[in-house]
Amino acid sequence: MTDSLAVWLYAVMAAPEDGAPPPGLTGVADEPVRLVEEAGLAAVVGSVPLEDFSEDALRGHLEDLEWLERTARAHHRVINGVARQGQVIPLRFATLYHDDDRVRAMLQERREDLTATLRRVADRTEWGVKAYVDPRSFLPDPDEPAGGEDSPGTAYLLRRRAQRQDQETAHLRATERAEGIHASLAALAVATAAHPPQDTALAAYEGWMVLNNSYLVPDGLTEEFTALVITLGERYPGVTLEVSGPWPPYSFTAPPKAEGQARPEEAAS
Amino acid sequence: MNQSSDWNAPVRRTGGAPEPARRGSEPSSLADILERVLDKGIVIAGDIQINLLDIELLTIKIRLLVASVDRAKEMGIDWWEHDPTLSSGARDVLEENERLRRRVDALEEGRGAREVDRGAEREDER
Repeated sequence: MTDSLAVWLYAVMAAPEDGAPPPGLTGVADEPVRLVEEAGLAAVVGSVPLEDFSEDALRGHLEDLEWLERTARAHHRVINGVARQGQVIPLRFATLYHDDDRVRAMLQERREDLTATLRRVADRTEWGVKAYVDPRSFLPDPDEPAGGEDSPGTAYLLRRRAQRQDQETAHLRATERAEGIHASLAALAVATAAHPPQDTALAAYEGWMVLNNSYLVPDGLTEEFTALVITLGERYPGVTLEVSGPWPPYSFTAPPKAEGQARPEEAAS
Repeated sequence: MNQSSDWNAPVRRTGGAPEPARRGSEPSSLADILERVLDKGIVIAGDIQINLLDIELLTIKIRLLVASVDRAKEMGIDWWEHDPTLSSGARDVLEENERLRRRVDALEEGRGAREVDRGAEREDER
């Protein structure tokens, strides 16, 4: 029976008192979500058919954008759902175990680690902030037309070079602006994480995405943080700011790296 | 806080977020979710492992997708790092451009190549 099923992990949390996940939650295979408890921790799991979720099957599925989107959203939906009960550690997409016993063994083995991580993100929430700019608003003022008497070829090349330089100047200016915004936001966060600008094929936007960061903000500062985003948006008319969240602490539950932690210490609250 | 319920996380916080300075067309874009879900959670090795590190058979489409994820870098996909329009971390390319441009300027002004090279060396030493 169980050899045709695998256990998909969504998240780890402190074992809830009532010992049950929110009713009605279904996972990546439309399966009901349940808890596996051990060592004061609870893994949020679902049993999924091995024929769809074996390593080979997954490799095939991952090439299917539609499948990936559906499954990634389902994974995220479960994590969001259980996050209503309390702080969770979201697990990486496609973390699979053979059975519940293996999950219990993992919880036991990683107990210290997981408990410490839960403590680190307790009463804190991830917020995403993106900044977009219209490159045109950062272009330098047009200079004297260069090299009028040169041959057409040279003039063309000079013009091209000037255009390129202008683009780079604009990018530099926009980046500086983004760094300023980041510094202001980071002052309210206990940690920050930078994501690369998103691919325009996936996230339709125009112009440049000059900032795509996550901030781990103490819950007491949530309103201050979101108000600050709006203030910054008003202060810099050339920049469009977008805030997303609250997110489960996806960007802050990996083992901490030396860099990328804006302020490892507690923020004053 | 009236985004669609699919993505919206815990309603644990009272008050909630006021209107963001700008609203995305889609409350939580696939890009947002993937860049978090694919590799941002804690890494716990499973039994049946899809280690995103090992996936080499992905199509270009998926490569583009996961390129928004750090993990992609470890897979050797780091094109955004070298594309100044995509990355603020592309300083090395910008610097190289800068260097090359200075060199072209110098050459056009008829200065000796040696002088230019010395300049370039100084750049490198920084």
